[in-house]
Amino acid sequence: MTRIELVRRPQHSALFSVLSPFIAVLITALIGGIMFAMLGKSPIGGLYAYFIEPLTEVWSIHELIIKATPLILIAVGLSVCFLSNNWNIGAEGQFIMGAIAGSVMPVLYPGITGPMVLPLMLVMGMAGGAAWATIPAFLKARFGTNEILSSLMLVYVAELFLDWLVRGPWRNPEGFNFPETRSFHADAILPEMLSASGRAHYGFVFAILAALIVWFMLSRTLKGYEIRVLGESPRAGRFAGFSAKRMVFFAFIVSGALAGLAGIIEVSGAIGQLRPAISPGYGFTAIIVAFLGRLNPLGIVAAGLILALSYLGGEAAQISLGVSDKVANVFQGVLLFSVLACDTLIRYRIRIVRPQPAATPEPAR
Amino acid sequence: MSPDVIQAILITVVTAATPLLIAALGELVVERSGVLNLGVEGMMIIGAVTGFGAAQITGSPWAGVLVAIVCGALFSLPFAVLTLSLATNQVATGLSLTLLGLGVAGMIGEQFVGLPGVRLEAIAIPGLVDIPLIGRLLFGQDPIFYLSILLAFGVWWFIFRTRAGLTLRAVGDSHGSAHALGINVLRVRYLAVMFGGACAGLAGAHLSLVYIPQWVENMTAGRGWIALALVVFASWLPLRVVIGAYLFGAVTIAQFHAQAQGVAIPSQFLSALPYLATIVVLVLISSNRRMTMRNTPASLGKPFVPDR
Repeated sequence: MTRIELVRRPQHSALFSVLSPFIAVLITALIGGIMFAMLGKSPIGGLYAYFIEPLTEVWSIHELIIKATPLILIAVGLSVCFLSNNWNIGAEGQFIMGAIAGSVMPVLYPGITGPMVLPLMLVMGMAGGAAWATIPAFLKARFGTNEILSSLMLVYVAELFLDWLVRGPWRNPEGFNFPETRSFHADAILPEMLSASGRAHYGFVFAILAALIVWFMLSRTLKGYEIRVLGESPRAGRFAGFSAKRMVFFAFIVSGALAGLAGIIEVSGAIGQLRPAISPGYGFTAIIVAFLGRLNPLGIVAAGLILALSYLGGEAAQISLGVSDKVANVFQGVLLFSVLACDTLIRYRIRIVRPQPAATPEPAR
Repeated sequence: MSPDVIQAILITVVTAATPLLIAALGELVVERSGVLNLGVEGMMIIGAVTGFGAAQITGSPWAGVLVAIVCGALFSLPFAVLTLSLATNQVATGLSLTLLGLGVAGMIGEQFVGLPGVRLEAIAIPGLVDIPLIGRLLFGQDPIFYLSILLAFGVWWFIFRTRAGLTLRAVGDSHGSAHALGINVLRVRYLAVMFGGACAGLAGAHLSLVYIPQWVENMTAGRGWIALALVVFASWLPLRVVIGAYLFGAVTIAQFHAQAQGVAIPSQFLSALPYLATIVVLVLISSNRRMTMRNTPASLGKPFVPDR
């Protein structure tokens, strides 16, 4: 039988470290083209609608930036988690709790206005996300509870909590019983950057800042070194005097705070009120963003823009080709698979082994 | 409460527990081989949508069950190729299988939204079903329930009483030693992963052909993840998975009944109970380290690249 064999490279391949995300995007485009052909659409037309068309109009580039903002913010936080070997996959829940905590001011105290409202909202959003992320961190550090499962379960709890708030105590008293909070007042809305040409808001600036700060921390500080060492070998980290338990809290709180910030930015900048559903799965898509960006915050900025494009492309393809916008989710899944497969090239050479005719017995090794 | 009412409630508990039980048994075999597949949720929803679709097209729920099993196993293959042949990170790859499964199922399922489903009818075992108190509970259920019980004992027997099961455990506990003994580690793991996929597919079919005979997007609602938690809860012992699954079934149903009775707690809080219960159970189990460590496959989650 023909089989794949991996041969360990003596050193990580620098070439493939750079190339692998690009190869992954190419493979995804190829699979996407095949998928369009199977749906009876022109592969070129489909890929054009997905990845080029949204870039041809200015308002659409604004939308791209709006969608990339939460993806980048969350994924930058996740890179700290994943590098330190903490598997926070509950960012979606931390996003929601950040949105809720950040909305306390404009929803419960709409009478309080002024320039201090917005900064306060952002800080409360970060606190909300961080607090929610502290739960799986505490359970992991104290009891050794699997953080993958606990952080994920909390996503469902957060979704239900938001649902209860907007249908119950936080429902807009003047809202004709729609399940939504009152609209935020002007001081609670994140301003637009270039309101003449589209609705992109200043959240993107926060995303870039977060990426730069975390990039600096990871590549230029002792903390960044500590994150990597503990991620690759907790034992070596212990000998170096690093505490794995403290790192659990650090990683979860950083990523929870950034997810929470993304949540309140999304609500304050793009939606303007709380609703039962405020995210099309940003917290999960951000996992793909983090890996496509090779867990490097600067790479994540690029990856975030690409994944945001897939959301927009989904909408565009639905209108121009009549393809379901669910295709976007399939694209995202295929992309993550390709990224992970291509990362193998960094550490291994791949050899395809064909069946050999009966060979002479090998000498003993 | 009359005995009949209690029996009726227990029947709903068992029905809610069956998909959890099947998916968890499959994942247990996968993890016993040393592989952590977080794609259960994705394979399960693929089983749910393909099972529903095949039953729609053929009109036969049994065709649905069969197709779901096959599709679940096939859908586990990309995970197997990446983690086994390409030695990728199992956590990330499993996650991407779940994301891909939810996406693909959403796309396939769009045409099924709102269609009346085909129900896989219960099979009453003549004679036994008339036993008072327990007859309908044990002998008047849907066929997948019977299958799930057989599966539980089958998996137990396989793991602890057969040579192949011993091989499976050896691979999961020390892939290096197993390889040195001439066992084809990757082949064992491929088979285990596909078995897990088939089970998750069957569990999905139970959801869309028995539990809620309809297609609803994201209808698995985290059940695949709860199945993963059950494996940890059961500390990798098949018969303990049975207990765990029925406990979770009971929590799910208790929450439904409380909502129906109009308990003065918001329905969302009650709906959150199964998820919170999962966390509580995980904490209780993990804080008892001796019990968990004894059965944890030592190679769990570690990629294996044979040296040549």
